[in-house]
Amino acid sequence: MTAVIPYGIGTALAALMFVLLRKDRKSVVDMSVHIALAIVAAIFIGFLTVQAIANPGGFLEILIGGLLAGVLYSLVALGFVLIFKASGVFNYAQGAMVLVAGLALVRCLDFMVASGLPFALALVIALAFAVAVMALTATVIEKHVLRPLLNQDGLTLFMSTIGATFVLEGLAQMVFGSDVYPLRLFPTDAWFLMENLFQGGILVNKLDVWGGLIAGILVVSLAAFFQYTKTGRALRAVADDHAAAQSVGIPISWIWFVVWLVAGIVALVAATVWGTKLGIQFSITFLALKALPVLIIGGFTSVPGAIVGGLIVGAGEKLAERYLGEMIGGGIEYWFAYVLALAVLLVRPQGIFGEKIIERI
Amino acid sequence: MNLHVEAPNVEATKPAAIGERQIGGVMLAVDSVSLAFGGVKAITDVSFDIRKGEVRAIIGPNGAGKTSMLNVINGFYHPQQGTITFKGEKRSEMRPYVAASQGISRTFQNVALFKGMTTLDNIMAGRTLKMRKGLFWQMLRYGPAVREEVEHREAVEKIIDFLEIQHIRKTPVGKLPYGLQKRVELGRALAMEPELLLLDEPMAGMNLEEKEDMSRFILTVNDQLGTTIALIEHDMGVVMDLSDRVVVLEYGRKIADGTPDVVKSDQKVIDAYLGVSH
Repeated sequence: MTAVIPYGIGTALAALMFVLLRKDRKSVVDMSVHIALAIVAAIFIGFLTVQAIANPGGFLEILIGGLLAGVLYSLVALGFVLIFKASGVFNYAQGAMVLVAGLALVRCLDFMVASGLPFALALVIALAFAVAVMALTATVIEKHVLRPLLNQDGLTLFMSTIGATFVLEGLAQMVFGSDVYPLRLFPTDAWFLMENLFQGGILVNKLDVWGGLIAGILVVSLAAFFQYTKTGRALRAVADDHAAAQSVGIPISWIWFVVWLVAGIVALVAATVWGTKLGIQFSITFLALKALPVLIIGGFTSVPGAIVGGLIVGAGEKLAERYLGEMIGGGIEYWFAYVLALAVLLVRPQGIFGEKIIERI
Repeated sequence: MNLHVEAPNVEATKPAAIGERQIGGVMLAVDSVSLAFGGVKAITDVSFDIRKGEVRAIIGPNGAGKTSMLNVINGFYHPQQGTITFKGEKRSEMRPYVAASQGISRTFQNVALFKGMTTLDNIMAGRTLKMRKGLFWQMLRYGPAVREEVEHREAVEKIIDFLEIQHIRKTPVGKLPYGLQKRVELGRALAMEPELLLLDEPMAGMNLEEKEDMSRFILTVNDQLGTTIALIEHDMGVVMDLSDRVVVLEYGRKIADGTPDVVKSDQKVIDAYLGVSH
């Protein structure tokens, strides 16, 4: 334990320097919050370092497991970021959309398989069906929720998505049923890596690796789409200013449809991975709550932020559970992310990658 | 249309040259338009027209309904009465998308740019309607969509050169000073290659030098590209110098219409601006 002290002090000093050197520091109160957080973070990091040196194999296993689990959070967070970037709406219904997409997929798949189709063909049909359902959802939301609220405040639109959540959850369960439906699209067994280096090797879940791969591909293609295409540019334009976008002839209805469709497809992808992990069931909508700290940490407006935020939350909560949990009775995993998000809000309200919004007055 | 314009000679574009410009028939006519928000009457029975190739000013004291008039023309507001005839087509109301695709572009009183985007992206956004390749090709980022992107980028670069904003090409517009934001906004409107350009107080909040630059751009656009311009402006010097005809609104009604000289000496206009003793 004595080894904690030098690490802790070293990191705390570095953090303190960082705080003191910030040009925009405001008051002693502000600073003291920064310093307190820096010290807490330094102690945590110092403590982890000691643990990592004591048992590198175990530490690596938890870290890798945590990072990969974090990518799965990112998958859900991505849907939020997309809609927020493109329409300035915080879409509370994203969790419900994961449920809708998952239910549509799994019910159609089960039906096709039961009627004797080979699995691959059934899967293609089920995926197409789920995309169609998400397109229908996007159309209905655009037409009946967003269009009447054109040029309204962001908060108004946010409230309307809360309403949409209840409708989507209710309808999806009425149409597709409300049991737990198992979905097996990806392998769920595990690999053991570096067995000659560490005793027992490092256990890595194959499903998590698949999730990571898929999230990576999604992020790269989405970022390119946003940055380099006409439609991507129009999406960003609509997010910034409805009236100005209309004045240059950007068809807002079409743009909103595209955004919600893309968010629906991201929800579908999240549903395939999470459904394999948990089965498609109502509680999957609570993923939306887990995505919230991810978004706060990474920044609401950044696609890479969603990924980095997910990694931090995933790794942070697993490491905290393993190394701090036993000291205060366990169960940290469930709230650690929210505390982390709170700390980020105190220091950097816009998140790590978020745009700092400066209002001219 | 040739967007490449030589750095304009200020002397040559002064109103003296106006006689040589082609001013054609009526391009847009609003006919007895009335607009109310609940009990508030913003516009009451206003009619006027804009001829092809002219610079038409709309002036009046604050709250006279000038901006509402522009909003009616480009379809943001739908009047309760009256008609709008644009290029021979008579409508009881415009729609923003229709207005934009028919060749009406505009700028806003309080600068409405896409703040998070760069100057270049803002002006490229003005080309949206000119770019026709579908979502599929854009996603692949291959072949026709790339060629199209390059083509339109060239047109946008010409506008950037013309407005002398090369140095802020990659700057997010939210960070620019007000005068430059107004210039970028004009650039975005020009990128649509409009037939009718609506400018809502293009010189508000500018210093003398910036006003002179902006006047020069407006005259050059009108002169070289033949774009019809309707502008709202409070600076009377600018209005009298730039415009061919002026329409004056007060409390939502039209009180005068004619050449700058006629309007300037109209007793009603003088009363509206200076107040009248009872």
